[in-house]
Amino acid sequence: MHVDALHRTPRHTPPYNGQDIRFTAGGFWKEHPKVKLSRKNGLRATAIGALVVSGALVLTACGSDDNTGTKDGDKKTAAASNIKCDGAKGQLLAAGSTAQKNAMDLWVKNFQAACEGVEVNYQAIGSGGGITKFNQGQVALAGSDSALKEEEVAASQKICKDGKGINLPMVGGPIAIGYKLDGVDNLVLDAPTIAKIFDDKIKKWNDPAIAKLNPGVKLPDTSIQAFHRSDESGTTQNLGKYLSEAAPADWKHDPKSKSWPAPGGQAANGSSGVATAVKDANGAIGYFELSYATANKISTVKLNTGAAAPVEATTANASKAIAAAKIKGTGNDLALSLDYKTKADGAYPIILVTYEIACDKGNKAENLPTLKAFLNYTVSEEGQKVLSDAGYAPLPAEIATKVREIVPTLS
Amino acid sequence: MVTTTTSPPPKGPDTEARRSKSTARPGDKIFLGLSRGSGITLLVIMAAIAIFLTYRAALAISKDEANFLTTSEWNPAGNPPVFGIAVLAFGTIVSSVIAMIIAVPVAIGIALFISHYAPRKLAAPLAYVVDLLAAVPSIIYGLWGAIFLVPYLDGLNKWLDEYMGWTYIFDKASDGLARNLFTVGILLAIMILPIITNVTREVFLQVPKMHEEAALALGATRWEVIRMSVLPFGRSGIISASMLGLGRALGETMAVAVVLSPSFVISGHLLDPGGGTFAQNIASKFNEANEFGRDALIASGLVLFAITLLVNGAARWIIARRKEYSGAAA
Amino acid sequence: MSHAIQDRPVQTAVRHDPLRHARLPRWSPLAIAAGSIAAGVGLGLAAGWHSRIQWGLLAALFFVLGTYAVTAKVEGSRQAKDRVATSLVWVCFILAVIPLLSLAWVTISKGLETLDPYFLSHSMNGVLDAEVGGGIYHALLGTIEQVLLATLIAAPIGLLTAVYLVEYGRGKLAQAVTFFVDVMTGVPSIVAGLFILATWNLMLGFGPSGFAGAMALAILMMPVVVRSTEEMLKLVPNELREASLALGVPKWRTILKVVLPTAIGGITTGVMLAVARITGETAPVLLLVFGTKLINENPFEGAQASLPLYVYEQYAVGTDAAISRAWAAALVLIAFVMILNLVARGIARWKAPKTGR
Repeated sequence: MHVDALHRTPRHTPPYNGQDIRFTAGGFWKEHPKVKLSRKNGLRATAIGALVVSGALVLTACGSDDNTGTKDGDKKTAAASNIKCDGAKGQLLAAGSTAQKNAMDLWVKNFQAACEGVEVNYQAIGSGGGITKFNQGQVALAGSDSALKEEEVAASQKICKDGKGINLPMVGGPIAIGYKLDGVDNLVLDAPTIAKIFDDKIKKWNDPAIAKLNPGVKLPDTSIQAFHRSDESGTTQNLGKYLSEAAPADWKHDPKSKSWPAPGGQAANGSSGVATAVKDANGAIGYFELSYATANKISTVKLNTGAAAPVEATTANASKAIAAAKIKGTGNDLALSLDYKTKADGAYPIILVTYEIACDKGNKAENLPTLKAFLNYTVSEEGQKVLSDAGYAPLPAEIATKVREIVPTLS
Repeated sequence: MVTTTTSPPPKGPDTEARRSKSTARPGDKIFLGLSRGSGITLLVIMAAIAIFLTYRAALAISKDEANFLTTSEWNPAGNPPVFGIAVLAFGTIVSSVIAMIIAVPVAIGIALFISHYAPRKLAAPLAYVVDLLAAVPSIIYGLWGAIFLVPYLDGLNKWLDEYMGWTYIFDKASDGLARNLFTVGILLAIMILPIITNVTREVFLQVPKMHEEAALALGATRWEVIRMSVLPFGRSGIISASMLGLGRALGETMAVAVVLSPSFVISGHLLDPGGGTFAQNIASKFNEANEFGRDALIASGLVLFAITLLVNGAARWIIARRKEYSGAAA
Repeated sequence: MSHAIQDRPVQTAVRHDPLRHARLPRWSPLAIAAGSIAAGVGLGLAAGWHSRIQWGLLAALFFVLGTYAVTAKVEGSRQAKDRVATSLVWVCFILAVIPLLSLAWVTISKGLETLDPYFLSHSMNGVLDAEVGGGIYHALLGTIEQVLLATLIAAPIGLLTAVYLVEYGRGKLAQAVTFFVDVMTGVPSIVAGLFILATWNLMLGFGPSGFAGAMALAILMMPVVVRSTEEMLKLVPNELREASLALGVPKWRTILKVVLPTAIGGITTGVMLAVARITGETAPVLLLVFGTKLINENPFEGAQASLPLYVYEQYAVGTDAAISRAWAAALVLIAFVMILNLVARGIARWKAPKTGR
């Protein structure tokens, strides 16, 4: 960048010539006006710097964190709430899964509105990033789409004094398979077909396998463009787990991979990227959390799970599938094992459950009250109730009760 | 970095040997200490970064079960970990080459336009605007590229596929959005255009007036003047400007990450979405990666660093060579 | 000089004078341009191509070919080549100006939709992704503080290093410093971020803060400052130093009172340009300042936001409200960088000796 600065100064003439300096008898050199000019300009440069600084200071005075009477902001959160603050104060840093970002934003907004002087700062940088930051001691709370692995639990013992990181299921949701196909808005697919589509085995929308599942629907001869995530993601991982359990013969890729394991297809960054790409291209199909489909008005695939009728991706249907989950964690750890093969009526099995990860013992003292108060709120009835508006599925009662028992024991 | 036209620096009389005699005064000692200290600080920082990078990269590469240079797969979290930079190297080089093919001639054109063709009233503000554009943050180019440029290039892609499909590289344009290496190349070209133009224009303005006037006096047309006096004089300047642009294109992160639809496949079909670049891969994989995955990404960053260093080195070498025999021209 | 060529009198054909050739009238390039644009658009419409880009490219092609054909016929091949070169240069110019103008226009027009005093003076506290409202105050403040801190770290070190290299350095240390400054300019920005993360945050155990981001930015800024300052100091004529030294002025005073003041304009420009450059950096900030929705005035403690990070976050969120926030923030970011640039260039111009070119 500085290059042009260099070229700007002419080279043919010296920028200054020596005779401009005069000397007085005392042996001290005195500045000729020209030199003085330079120094004055130096001063001016300093003055500009000072101006910038003072400008910044002035700016400091006029900003505001108060967004409650905003232009279109409704005041629904201003209503009196039952949130117990219990000595929560200061800043609680949290990071992790993008899948639960919208839920977190909502919770944080309500929690901060209720508790004066508290900041809960959740950065949706991805599950893996959240766990890494948690295990480095940089955040007190991590959000993750998958439970901690053994080696991650081991690493967490360094941060959690006398304890370890535990998984607390907090919010679930359906992963929608969204598509855009002109003239078709009621598409039904099953696991093997989805596997083949994403594996580049089925290339046209009028493929017999699709036609068989959609009798009476006129499918165009459009080629299928399957979009997947270009970044690593728990969403990808959960879809992979679903496909490898529900269609083991057609999906032979690594079910644990967070990055897209199959060849072919196109990629986009983040769920929002995939959703935008699907929205814009005729013949496209992709996967993302339900809220993205709703926000972008994308049609979602109904799933033929073997139940009486094809199941739509809705929060209620996802809740039914999550209800079938078993707790596989031991002690305080509530890691779940999901049943992707469920054939129950109205249960939508492509789901993901995201966890909050915190230390069971050895949380940092300054964070503990805020952490407990915040988690108490999120798992409370009130906290779970706001979820379905945002496209998430509340926890089944049985699991929620267990979480409610564990949160107060954190220390 | 690029000092194509600086006159040789004045070699002061104060060489190290002389200095030692004259720095008896405490003020001098302090000042020398301060400035030398800054230099040493800089060295220490750089050395620390280098050690840190190499150490982490070595950790990763030593556990890589595949050939780091030739594998076109990226799965450091797998068991066994397998990752390689073949796709990234291919994508980085291809997109930068496309950017150079487009940007260099156009930049020369604009530089000539500003220095020799534009009406004088237009030339100065133009030069100014180009200067300012060089400072636009890359995230903004990315934003514009993803939201605005990509849909516009759609039609061009299909058109190229239809009429130029026989060239192999333009075959197989996708039906979807143009999130491919070709688009990335175009975006990079737009990004580096102001930088190359800037430096090139300055070089053209340095052409000795006498050369041009001599050519004119002989009855040369404007093009002949440029071909015979301006371009030969500016050749190495153009090359070093291009290298500077190339350096930026190679390392561009955000704009590429936002525009490209990456995949770990090497494909010669430029209009087929896929491929990846070093910087883009680091940016999109870094957050979700575990410790080891990050080390692997750092290893790929080290390769990018080495390539950038080579390019910058080449630029400097060219400039240095030019300096030697162009002293008379300045 | 260009006038000398352009103002050649327009001549009508005078056949018998060997020094004068047939000439096209002055309006001919315009006519050819109009014709080829019409042809390009016509052909594009006829073939039913949607993208305007093809129309433009075709028109440009017709323009160059048309110019050649017409001139070759009337004026001869040398003139034809000259005209083709002229038309090519114009085409290049227009080709390049279109995307760059579009970038500026899109950013300004989309940015202005959301940009208002409210946007500038409020944070994102409690604003959900899909909701409109909120602002960038916290991010703007964060960026200003981080950049200021980075400058406070990098400018003195960079300046003194440059002084060392130009005024003192001749030995191995100077060579090493020169080499590593070159190497440092090639450090990918994300690597600088990683380095600070590994040392400051992980080894020393500090939390994320604006200061951590500022240190990474300082690493990126230092080599740029060293380089530009070095060049500026080299431009200071030696006679000045010699005159001062000959009068018995100590060397450090010579440097402080003679050398630096003479070069101060160029140095300031270099520093400002470096500042403009780091202001737009996203990657290192992403790793180090954590980001927040609230205003945090203290850069030394707690998470801070930053403007480029804000643009990236809002783009990644992808809802309509967020995208329009991203555009508005992008506009503010551009304006910020442009103002820095203009100030830098203003200083450079104002400081440039009047005897120049």
